[in-house]
Amino acid sequence: MSAQKTLFDKVWDSHVVHNIENGPQVLFIDRHLVHEVTSPVAFLGLKNRGADVLYPKRTFATADHNTPTINQHLPVEDPLSANQLRALEQNAKEHGISHWGLGHEKNGIVHVVGPEYGITQPGATIVCGDSHTSTHGAFGAIAFGIGTSEVEMVLATQCIMQPKPKKMRINITGTLNFGVTPKDVALYIISKLTTSGATGYFVEYAGDVFEDMSMEGRMTVCNLSIEMGARGGMIAPDKKTFEYIKGREFTPTGTAWDKAMAYWKTLKTDEGATFDKELSFNASDIEPMITYGTNPGMGMGISKSIPNADQVEGGKATYEKSLGYMAFNQGEDMIGKPIDFVFIGSCTNGRIEDFRAFASIVKGRQKATNVTAWLVPGSHKVESAIKEEGLLDIFTEAGFELREPGCSACLAMNDDKVPAGKYAVSTSNRNFEGRQGPGSRTLLASPLVAAAAAVTGKVTDPRELMEATVN
Amino acid sequence: MAYDKFNILTSSAVPLPIENVDTDQIIPARFLKATERKGFGDNLFRDWKYNSDNSPKESFVLNNPIYGGKILVGGKNFGSGSSREHAAWAVYDYGFRCVVSSFFADIFRGNCLNVGVLPVQVSPEFLHKIFQAIETDPKTQLEVNLQNQTITINSTGESESFDINEYKKGNLLNGFDDIDYLLNIKENIETFAQNTPL
Ligand code: SF4
Repeated sequence: MSAQKTLFDKVWDSHVVHNIENGPQVLFIDRHLVHEVTSPVAFLGLKNRGADVLYPKRTFATADHNTPTINQHLPVEDPLSANQLRALEQNAKEHGISHWGLGHEKNGIVHVVGPEYGITQPGATIVCGDSHTSTHGAFGAIAFGIGTSEVEMVLATQCIMQPKPKKMRINITGTLNFGVTPKDVALYIISKLTTSGATGYFVEYAGDVFEDMSMEGRMTVCNLSIEMGARGGMIAPDKKTFEYIKGREFTPTGTAWDKAMAYWKTLKTDEGATFDKELSFNASDIEPMITYGTNPGMGMGISKSIPNADQVEGGKATYEKSLGYMAFNQGEDMIGKPIDFVFIGSCTNGRIEDFRAFASIVKGRQKATNVTAWLVPGSHKVESAIKEEGLLDIFTEAGFELREPGCSACLAMNDDKVPAGKYAVSTSNRNFEGRQGPGSRTLLASPLVAAAAAVTGKVTDPRELMEATVN
Repeated sequence: MAYDKFNILTSSAVPLPIENVDTDQIIPARFLKATERKGFGDNLFRDWKYNSDNSPKESFVLNNPIYGGKILVGGKNFGSGSSREHAAWAVYDYGFRCVVSSFFADIFRGNCLNVGVLPVQVSPEFLHKIFQAIETDPKTQLEVNLQNQTITINSTGESESFDINEYKKGNLLNGFDDIDYLLNIKENIETFAQNTPL
């Protein structure tokens, strides 16, 4: 075995507590994030076996998945949601876990608040009962989603059992084109790999494109790793990472910081370390993306036309079922298609940078009258920043309202549901059948594409509006 | 959560020859509001099974009385998307003990193993044969033998072996659970934790 290790190896190997013969490895989990939907049955299981939470201080709870995004100061109307929120609060209290419930100043989407408060750190292992836990990989952490049995397992033992995944590196070199955002980079990669192309792998993203990207952008990319089947994705921490986390509530200070820094600086793939698979793309080939089908792999450059069944990998019947659901035809352009809803938010694109991008296009324009728009910040912190930076004024002048934080229309567990047959341009992560409400039709895109759709009422290339702004 | 031991399962199978079946289809998000593990089987494939007025969609395979059994046979990349274990619960609670596909999404596969559903990954060719056998005779019997790691189409005698991790196999054969195992090595974990500051 070579002594050269990848970033993933370094973090993984240093967390192995025990090797089960012919079985998975037992991995120590530094931080466990918990939310109201996937945890109640786990706490119940814990109780039934008479076990306790082993390390409550390593566990953090926030309410986000089923919360309303208006009138959060009022009692939650839906009794089932209210019940889950109450269960989370009680479970957290009973076990001494910090709980950022509805209305708490630190409340927000679990993958947005983790980094905001410095819970997410380089070299850490982080799990949560939500597949987009991969977001935290942006900081050089190993972070992945788990099921409810595993939530119970981590609560009881602070460990998880996993066979070590294979390793993949995705390199993208060059500079991104005008109007191309991290979301487009991710949708581009998924369109190339398909939704199962990275199954069984943990991905490291490398190359200028990711080095040049902001922390928010890196989070967007790592967030979407799961949509190509990967367990998670990560990016080596650098100066930008350290600057981002410094001084946050749960970040180490004083000598602990110096010690942590000394370790964090070693967290990069050694020269000569090998991957099970390596892929490379050119930044210049990527244009603003949009999806046309019912999985995130069905994405294309916005100026292109919908591919024919024989140009895509996979079964023809599945492809036609998907286009039938969307009521689209092979060979059609996406540009110009009328849309009904715009959703900006989610742990994919619900951070301050995303609202800045959205504002850059809607500024001085008006929301199209045929469009219902949901602007949902990822957290209270994002919401405050939107107000402080004056973005709210821009939104209000353009005819948009800002809602309160939560997962919202990303999975439509609350009232933010797109009606059957309607089209939504969404900055979230999944365009599955019915994901945004029964019968809803989702077009995944960047905040810029969403903004262009919001002011024109149809799928529009944002670069046209951006050029107009620049001129 | 305890589940029944798994050894040899001989059953007819329900065919679902669709690729990329994601967990939002297996169980839509609006049914994730329970705080107990109850009643998920009723909502398995809810939006494929029922119209919005709750009348059954006749064309969907689970509404077709010709098909039944404890084995669900799905297309490639079964269980992609959300990590919700509710999807595996729904499959189990509906009465399936085994899902066969030519490819599984990672988290779904792990969740199945944790709740007592055996994911059996076969070659695309063998998957095709299974679909054909069911098409010829909807009551055709499949035998899934966990001990020997084989799946057989009884009518033709064709068989293929499948992979499963030894440790997980032992758990399923005996109805054991991972958490019991980990609680037994708690001292190791505590020592490890002491050396791993927050
Ligand atoms: S925003 Fe969507 S993907 Fe993100 S945590 Fe919430 S439900 Fe999951």
